[in-house]
Amino acid sequence: MAYTKSKIKDLVEGKIDRDTLHTMLSTPKDRERFQIYLEILQESVPWDDRIILPLGPKLFIVQRKADKKWVVKSIAGHEFCDWRDNWKLHAVMRVRETQEEMEELYPRLMTPTSSWQVIREYYCPLSGDLLDVEAPTPWYPVIHDFEPDIDTFYQDWLGMELPERAA
Amino acid sequence: MNIQTKVQGIVRGGETLKQHRDRLMEATKRTGHYGGIDRMELRDSQPIMYNKLFSRLRAGVVDARETAKKIAASPIVEQEGELCFTLYNAAGDAILTSTGIIIHVGTMGAAIKYMIENDWESNPGINDRDIFCNNDNLIGNVHTCDIHTIVPIFHEGELIGWVGGVTHVIDTGSVGPGSMSTGQIQRFGDGYQITCRKIGQNDTLMRDWLHESQRSVRTTRYWMLDERTRIAGCHMIRDLVEQVIADEGIENYWKFAYEAIEHGRTGLQARIKAMTIPGKYRQVGFVDVPYAHDDVRVPSDFAKVDTIMHTPSEITIRPDATWRLDFEGSSRWGWHTYNAHAVSFTSGIWVMMTQSLIPTEMINDGAAYGTEFRLPKGTWMNPDDRRVAFSYSWHFLVSSWTSLWRGLSRSYFGRGYLEEVNAGNANTSNWLQGGGFNQFDEVHAVNSFECAANGVGASAHRDGISHAAAIWNPEGDMGDMEIWELAEPLIYLGREIKASSGGAGKYRGGCGFQSLRMVWNAKDWTMFFMGNGHISSDWGLMGGYPAASGYRFEAHDTNLRQIIANGGEIPHGGDKDPENPVWDGLIPDALIKRDKQAITTEAMFKDYDLYLNYMRGGPGFGDPLDREPQSVADDVNGGYLIERFAGSVYGVRLVKGADGLFGVDQAATEARRAEIRKERLARAVPTRDWMARERERILAKDAGLHVQQMFAASFKLGPRFEESFRKFWDLPADWQLMEADLPIPSYGREYSMDISELPDVKTVRFVDE
Repeated sequence: MAYTKSKIKDLVEGKIDRDTLHTMLSTPKDRERFQIYLEILQESVPWDDRIILPLGPKLFIVQRKADKKWVVKSIAGHEFCDWRDNWKLHAVMRVRETQEEMEELYPRLMTPTSSWQVIREYYCPLSGDLLDVEAPTPWYPVIHDFEPDIDTFYQDWLGMELPERAA
Repeated sequence: MNIQTKVQGIVRGGETLKQHRDRLMEATKRTGHYGGIDRMELRDSQPIMYNKLFSRLRAGVVDARETAKKIAASPIVEQEGELCFTLYNAAGDAILTSTGIIIHVGTMGAAIKYMIENDWESNPGINDRDIFCNNDNLIGNVHTCDIHTIVPIFHEGELIGWVGGVTHVIDTGSVGPGSMSTGQIQRFGDGYQITCRKIGQNDTLMRDWLHESQRSVRTTRYWMLDERTRIAGCHMIRDLVEQVIADEGIENYWKFAYEAIEHGRTGLQARIKAMTIPGKYRQVGFVDVPYAHDDVRVPSDFAKVDTIMHTPSEITIRPDATWRLDFEGSSRWGWHTYNAHAVSFTSGIWVMMTQSLIPTEMINDGAAYGTEFRLPKGTWMNPDDRRVAFSYSWHFLVSSWTSLWRGLSRSYFGRGYLEEVNAGNANTSNWLQGGGFNQFDEVHAVNSFECAANGVGASAHRDGISHAAAIWNPEGDMGDMEIWELAEPLIYLGREIKASSGGAGKYRGGCGFQSLRMVWNAKDWTMFFMGNGHISSDWGLMGGYPAASGYRFEAHDTNLRQIIANGGEIPHGGDKDPENPVWDGLIPDALIKRDKQAITTEAMFKDYDLYLNYMRGGPGFGDPLDREPQSVADDVNGGYLIERFAGSVYGVRLVKGADGLFGVDQAATEARRAEIRKERLARAVPTRDWMARERERILAKDAGLHVQQMFAASFKLGPRFEESFRKFWDLPADWQLMEADLPIPSYGREYSMDISELPDVKTVRFVDE
């Protein structure tokens, strides 16, 4: 089942109608979705670098226009690192590790207990957008949560040409 | 003189069950196709026939479930649908399953395989119209209260398959009442244990079984009717198979029984390629085991410690669309009831996958054959000790699996399949359990299944559904209050949404709900709490926050009898804001326990005492500052969000209208959100600066003993996990963290004895260890 760009845009914007949503959930996936999705996202970002893969609503792997290097970049324009690195190590962050800090988010008694679990918030250094939240125990290493095999994905799985990638 | 003797087995064609399974497994290993089936002969030559067989059989197993559950009296089965029926081929591999608690696709198959590998064929013998019963966790069951009834299916004197039915019974005669009790720390306290026992012949249950089993549990009537439910469903499906064979021929049925599994395997691979992105995904899950508390009464001092259960995972999706899930670094099994068998851990993951990756009716063992699991031996989900208890394995099953949603959702999000994104599931609790004499003056036990309706995680395009579902039963329901009041001597004083229980986000997690129960007409009554408290196991995704964690509220000696007689105000509705409690002031003389101790053991309750049953919410997705402001106002108006968090979490300035409902001051909201972003940056530090500080704390061993114990235990069982930890924090070689050095007991650390070490026992290995 294929969907119009307009319907997919509705999905991205959180406005999809129930009938189309039900079809999307209950029928085989539309292979062309990725390309249409990229087009929609590309039109919504304020910069010209080519989006290679979205990592979140405000975070992308992009091909930097100037030199074709692939980097992780926020919607606000901050470049974090090479696309293979863990972008969180290049972000700014806050760790909630007291009950008072937890109670800004949840009522007392419904918070995690900070000696058991902390809340780590990773922000875009330009905009202050909250890009990811981790909630591990104290001492836990920053998680490198996704290492995509983009070459296989583009070329072998989708039959797309791999965008140029400078070393 | 050598005389070659041919053993005549019971399987169609003359093989023994063991020969049959060995041949299939060897061919699977050699070819990569289930049973060596590299050509789908029936499906390709007679596609209509193939699909007809599929449709009739699938409809039949679902019909059997829907019909049979009406026999049960237990609301767990009749209201919540905690049952499932599965059709197996002769080797014990699932062909098709009904709806319901489909984790048992694998667990009942594991029981059949145990019978095959341990030669049940020669002793006790497997005959047409036999009935077997199993609930043994050490061979694959999820927890003791899931009782399997297994019936072989014969055709013209030869075995052609099996049918299994399972229900979650309300009590197993464990140390404490309720199906998932907490006080015991070893299997021997988990209750009645049955290992693939032949309990019936000629479709009739044996009298010794009936007498023994009925007195081994507290809730005899429910037990008996649950058993009749399972037998009726199995016999309906056996009749169906006989009818299908009469109509379509045994050859076609036989081929279908094996091709369907290869179909399931290739189907999974196709869906992985259609929906995901190849690569590596890493995530982690935790849950708290707070046993160093006065209200957790366990028999052994060595179990009276606070610990954290930990499961990191790495999903690898390969270029050929096969995948491997590796759980290196997971915690060791423990002295509590939250351990799990490898089969229940892996089989339950299919329950999750049916809700996104394989949302088809063809749920069978093909998906299991299409997946490589690595669960290190000795971990909580692959224990190497025959003493371990399992009665509430779900405590960490749900909390460890929720992290897998995040991994898969990164894939779905990257490809634009936002409709499939799920930030996680809820920790499915609280479990209100207990027992004593009920309102009908009978020995009784309760396990309220209201938490079959927790909040759902947010998606990338909409909020999670509130008070809606549980990960272990896609057909879950909270049940009618009137039915629970019949099943439990507990009156409802309230049932409402649990505000702020869903994690915040651009799309928030679904909220759970809460029920306030008053003990009424109970005698010698006890109850306890079971759920997460110190840790929220459901994290949130891409900027979304974790779901709220749990707490307990119980009140004793409330004087409510007198307050009611005087026409006074009584606690009712929900505990709307536990930071500003209202009920406590209405019962000033009561003994109230309101704290983070969300796991307890049996406490005494009497009439007019109160118990709050709080069902958890799901995690959020995306930055809360990107949430539509009016949605935040709607949440406050609807009781989903406590008012003050509209400002502190979402940066929304609410304005109260003349109708008493909140709207939004758009300009003030925009300004406040801009301020919050600035405040975030003003307070934030570069990640590497924080890492330098945290490293100092690690070097100084500055963390609670429960945190240190968690890491030490994971290091011992997961050397790669330790290596990556040391590398990440750049720790010197002389920094060591050993459980033996911590001032808390760690029984089980060095010594264990696996079930396979018992005489004449052959266990079946299902995963890479």
